[in-house]
Amino acid sequence: MKLDILREMNRERAARRAVILVTDTADGSQRLVREAEADTDPLASELSARFRSGKSGVVEVEGQSLFLTVQVPPPRLVVIGAVHISQALAPMAQATDLDVTIIDPRTAFATPERFPAVALLPLWPEDALAQLPPLDRYTAVAALTHDPKIDDPALVAALKAECFYVGALGSRKTHGRRVERLTAAGLSEQQIGRIAAPIGLDIGAVSPAEIAVSVLAQVIAALRQDRRRAPA
Amino acid sequence: MLSTDTDILATAEAWREAGRGVALATVIETWGSAPRPVGSHLIIDEEGNFLGSVSGGCVEGAVIAEAADVIEDGQPRVLEFGVADETAWRVGLSCGGRIRVLVEPVA
Repeated sequence: MKLDILREMNRERAARRAVILVTDTADGSQRLVREAEADTDPLASELSARFRSGKSGVVEVEGQSLFLTVQVPPPRLVVIGAVHISQALAPMAQATDLDVTIIDPRTAFATPERFPAVALLPLWPEDALAQLPPLDRYTAVAALTHDPKIDDPALVAALKAECFYVGALGSRKTHGRRVERLTAAGLSEQQIGRIAAPIGLDIGAVSPAEIAVSVLAQVIAALRQDRRRAPA
Repeated sequence: MLSTDTDILATAEAWREAGRGVALATVIETWGSAPRPVGSHLIIDEEGNFLGSVSGGCVEGAVIAEAADVIEDGQPRVLEFGVADETAWRVGLSCGGRIRVLVEPVA
């Protein structure tokens, strides 16, 4: 691999843009294709399918054996709320290779002392999200503040961006009121139906750390949907 | 901390920038119960330092040895490991799968 191609792949990954590296396995020659360029590429249909599935693999084209390395943005978890559950969730999520960011405008909560070694933005979600790479299909959003002023704008943004996981803390009653607000805000029933609420797998979690486990397991289940033995 | 693809490819770039000879190994095909999925990376430098994996540790030694030749002559190659391979008695996958690995220089 030429060093400039490697540099380009690393730059695109940092910017959270998907690329496919096409390698001729016979002679090792390579080229890089961005998602926006896929439509006009000679391998257009194959590349489009790969961008959707995110799966790397070999294709045979006119006697050539090509290996397609599909590089999609690394999975990321955006947590709304610098709360007790988030303190347990952040290091667990980082241990499973999720790229974690915590957002909370309440500066008493969002302190580096409470959240060492994790990206922390003490801002309102609208302002914080504007500073981050845009929400995308490779991002999970967990809203944990209980406060509609803070959670709702993030949930709306996450559903519009088709984030692979959107979860919100709160009882069924709390969620019922949330559904009314989001409907009034113009979201469809289908969009709102994607919210995992009450958040987390039903493992009877009680403590903040246990709830963090149930949320993280639900995020992983959504990320690995196509590998699961039983449908959700 | 476990190394992710991000760390592995960023490290390959950093090693090369520092003037070290570097080879990149990538799993390009698997059959049966292979330990690491297609697209998994292992990087190796000229001194045999490595990061990442292409199997559960079964064939890394052989890939690292081959990487030294790739760094030396600059030619990419495709290696195959598995029970059907005649090298299975020396280096194979205990899980019974087969994998093909592309080893290429970063130049």
